[in-house]
Amino acid sequence: MSTVEHPPAVEHPPAVDAASPTEPVEPEVDFDSAHEAEHPRDVLYIKVAAALFVLTGLEVFTSYAHWLGGAFLPILLILMAVKFVLVVLFFMHLKFDAKIFGRLFWAGFFLAVAVYCTALATFHFFAS
Amino acid sequence: MADVTLTPDVALEETPHDFAPEEGAHAHTSTGLSNNKLAMWLFLGSECLLFGGLISTYMLYRGRTQQGPRPETVYDIPFTSVSSFVLLMSSLTMVLAVSAAHRGDVRRTRLWLTTTALLGATFVGGQVYEFTAFYREGLGFTTNLFGSSFYTLTGFHGAHVTIGIIMLMSLVWITLRGSISGNRAEVVEIVGLYWHFVDIVWIVIFTLVYLIPS
Repeated sequence: MSTVEHPPAVEHPPAVDAASPTEPVEPEVDFDSAHEAEHPRDVLYIKVAAALFVLTGLEVFTSYAHWLGGAFLPILLILMAVKFVLVVLFFMHLKFDAKIFGRLFWAGFFLAVAVYCTALATFHFFAS
Repeated sequence: MADVTLTPDVALEETPHDFAPEEGAHAHTSTGLSNNKLAMWLFLGSECLLFGGLISTYMLYRGRTQQGPRPETVYDIPFTSVSSFVLLMSSLTMVLAVSAAHRGDVRRTRLWLTTTALLGATFVGGQVYEFTAFYREGLGFTTNLFGSSFYTLTGFHGAHVTIGIIMLMSLVWITLRGSISGNRAEVVEIVGLYWHFVDIVWIVIFTLVYLIPS
């Protein structure tokens, strides 16, 4: 049994739990703490919305720019993907929230992409 | 109807902020996270499969039209672009509502929720107008494969937006009655997740369905 005595002059500050240093503070599941993440300011949201507006304008412009030739389709798909990710990361807070939420969503998303790309491939969609 | 204000008897009953998330609100869950939020993310993941099926069906069928109007003859890209912009801006107002809810600002939360619902209603109104215009041009639900897959896909999306509007207005009504209990900011956030999902689905539809020719 430990007989170590703390000197009476040394005391923990009130904000610190005396029992906490000897107990695990990390959750058993390795999730990022959603509560610790601060929500970004509204200015950030407005900047993201402005970016979405510009990207949508670029998309519409690209849809009329037939002179782009073979670059037409990749550019549109990239712009779409950037818009998609911006909304998911910032507006849906996946960038700031617990990772398990993102895993659930991206699992469904990539499963859908894989399943339906395979289905379309069986109909020779990409060949045409 | 009783208006919810940040008076001490209401605001300090649970937390210093009326809408502020409570630190120990999810302490009773095994993950330490909100089960409701977890369920919503799981639901959204499954919704990806639903819309993935509808979008891929449309992609497959739109070019196999033998009779009736084709996509390039009926689409009005400038009009749909404005509709897309309206829906994107509704996502901004939604996230501002969530932000206001986290700050405990009930009035701004209600304002942004109402604005979001109005923008969503504008989008649905535009969709109804578009459907009507297409029908007048001879594109019915059973006219051809393009019509069937197009109306099914965009109709499902429109139904989701409509459900979102109902959820938003319900939230506004509930806050007016002052009867939201528990983790109040999270309720707004969960409805916001659904709304943003509807927005990202439209981002995909707008590009794959409208902008990329068959």
